[in-house]
Amino acid sequence: MSKEQQDATISEASTKPDAPLLDVRGLKKYFPVKQGILPSSRKYVYAVDDVSFQVKAGETLGVVGESGCGKSTVGRTILKLIEPTAGQIIINNQDVAALPRSEMRPFRREMQIIFQDPYSSLNPRMTAGQIVGEPLRVHNIAKGPEIKDRVADLFQRVGLRKDQINRYPHEFSGGQRQRIGIARALALGPKLIIADEPVSALDVSIQAQVINLLMDLQDELGISYLFIAHDLSVVERLSHRVAVMYLGRIVEIADRNSLFENPQHPYTQALLSAVPVADPNIKKIQRTILKGDIPSPMEPPSGCPFHTRCPIAEASCKIDVPHLKEIEPGHQVSCHLR
Amino acid sequence: MESTKLSMTSENSEAPSPPYKIVLDVENLKTHFHTRQGTLPAVDDVSFQLRQGEILGLVGESGCGKSVTSLSILRLIPSRAGKVVGGSIKYGDVDLLKLSEKELLDIRGNEISMIFQEPMTALNPVMTVGEQMIESIRIHQKLSKHDARKRALEMLRTVKIPAPEQRIDTYPHELSGGMRQRIMIAMALSCDPKILIADEPTTALDVTIQAQIMDLLKEMQKLLGTAIIMITHDLGVIAEMADRVVVMYAGRIVEEAPVRDIYSNPLHPYTQGLMKAVPKLGEAELPGQARSRLSTIPGTVPALTDLPSGCAFRPRCSAATSRCEVERPSLEQKAPGHLAACWNTGPATAIGGQK
Repeated sequence: MSKEQQDATISEASTKPDAPLLDVRGLKKYFPVKQGILPSSRKYVYAVDDVSFQVKAGETLGVVGESGCGKSTVGRTILKLIEPTAGQIIINNQDVAALPRSEMRPFRREMQIIFQDPYSSLNPRMTAGQIVGEPLRVHNIAKGPEIKDRVADLFQRVGLRKDQINRYPHEFSGGQRQRIGIARALALGPKLIIADEPVSALDVSIQAQVINLLMDLQDELGISYLFIAHDLSVVERLSHRVAVMYLGRIVEIADRNSLFENPQHPYTQALLSAVPVADPNIKKIQRTILKGDIPSPMEPPSGCPFHTRCPIAEASCKIDVPHLKEIEPGHQVSCHLR
Repeated sequence: MESTKLSMTSENSEAPSPPYKIVLDVENLKTHFHTRQGTLPAVDDVSFQLRQGEILGLVGESGCGKSVTSLSILRLIPSRAGKVVGGSIKYGDVDLLKLSEKELLDIRGNEISMIFQEPMTALNPVMTVGEQMIESIRIHQKLSKHDARKRALEMLRTVKIPAPEQRIDTYPHELSGGMRQRIMIAMALSCDPKILIADEPTTALDVTIQAQIMDLLKEMQKLLGTAIIMITHDLGVIAEMADRVVVMYAGRIVEEAPVRDIYSNPLHPYTQGLMKAVPKLGEAELPGQARSRLSTIPGTVPALTDLPSGCAFRPRCSAATSRCEVERPSLEQKAPGHLAACWNTGPATAIGGQK
């Protein structure tokens, strides 16, 4: 895999031969909140506010952030499970952001999703085999016995046994259910899988198995992942590049190694320092404990969204909204003081 | 109750001569659940001691019995679901399992209190923070409403709730998750308990908020000298919080040791596997785009309905021998203060993973 080159101007990016698989530009999603009876009192949750990034073929972009930062909304908006408010979602050189539902179908073959909760995301009345085979049927890719063969292949690929095809979800453990979810996502041979907290509901020993499976599948099949998670150590394992989100915005995006070894945004630094170290024999580097809570995305602070909790904020941070700027090749930070 | 043990004092002869005091002594605890599939040994012969002022970590994966153990201590297992069928839980000279429900009330919430993973379900949504704090304070202490409110405010201040005078009159849903957990801690500590049982207190919280709560718990423990039983699946939280660690698997304790030893020299193959399976920040440092695989424990945790013979970990254990299939290992001391339940673990020095 080649080291990615930085595309300074995104406008020409998609026309290049090594165009990214997914190119998201200025994505916004504002959820209206009903409040009061007057239309003038309408408020919005600014779930995703001007987010841009690219995912290359065969690459994992990790998206980290705390609850309410908008990371899951980004994933769902890209799949158009949620209609974006504004912005472009460019896949295969076509912007799907404005496409009506009916024209989305060919693109759904390219992009699939794995959900966090392996218990609620599988239909309890369908057998594992039916669940995995359903996308093949819906998209008319295979019929009858051919579906069976494909499903058997997929089962083997994700480490399930063929004799488990006719079992129902409740007969599987959490880790195995997540494997069923992964097999279903793989059925259509997608180029991109959006993995939304795929391992956070799993126990440690099972989590490790699923993380390894995801990496193996990527190496074999060359798929890209948009890997959404709150667990930084899991993201570090899996990702080639990482974006950190806070209150609907990307505050820092970089190659994995630069982000984890040389974090620049004060929020990224605090986030990394807050992770408990699973080794009492290591003397912990100084922990930055952030004051207070994450502000409500309904009333994001003026200026830099992080200034209310930032240990180094200055007066200007309350007024001017910072934008992502490149501080070294491939490493962008959104902070006035960097 | 058919407690198998004779009433003995907590000063056990083989315990490493204690400069510390034992505040809770759990011996041979057995809690069974009754289900359609039969009786399930959710906690099977569990013994451990909690020392004064320490944080004891109880770790394990889901279904290992760590929460059931803590609920058994406070006798909070719903009687329809299951019950404690054996053992003793000594708090000082009293066996909590022998107390009447009424006698227990004096201890529960007063001498031993508990905080839970999800504060929203533990707090009453139709009462203000102040109302429920005052109620619980007045159940245990003879205070006037006015004084109880003062005490509640003082506790809110202790757990560093900003603007406590205003927060005391809000409802739980108006507060963030981190705030609610602070309220829970304030409530739990308001009667100055000797023991606090914290069941996954930070699991539902974001990392930056988790850091705040861990900090707060440690501070409270220093300030008030409360002994804490910290139940969690998170080995990072345990490493930072606990003084000693108890590891559970399939209803039984497989290892117990001081926190440093459990991380630097885990003796039980399950503990060893668990330690290696956790991704740690900075560990995957490889140049460029390269990634490394995690080491895994094969298979899954056995269902309690279908426990393997002998050692419960045997089907997943690479070091298992024929003995493990027939005989169940008991928890034995392998080094000072370091106990493990494994046939293939000799004295602590012999451990380097392989023999």
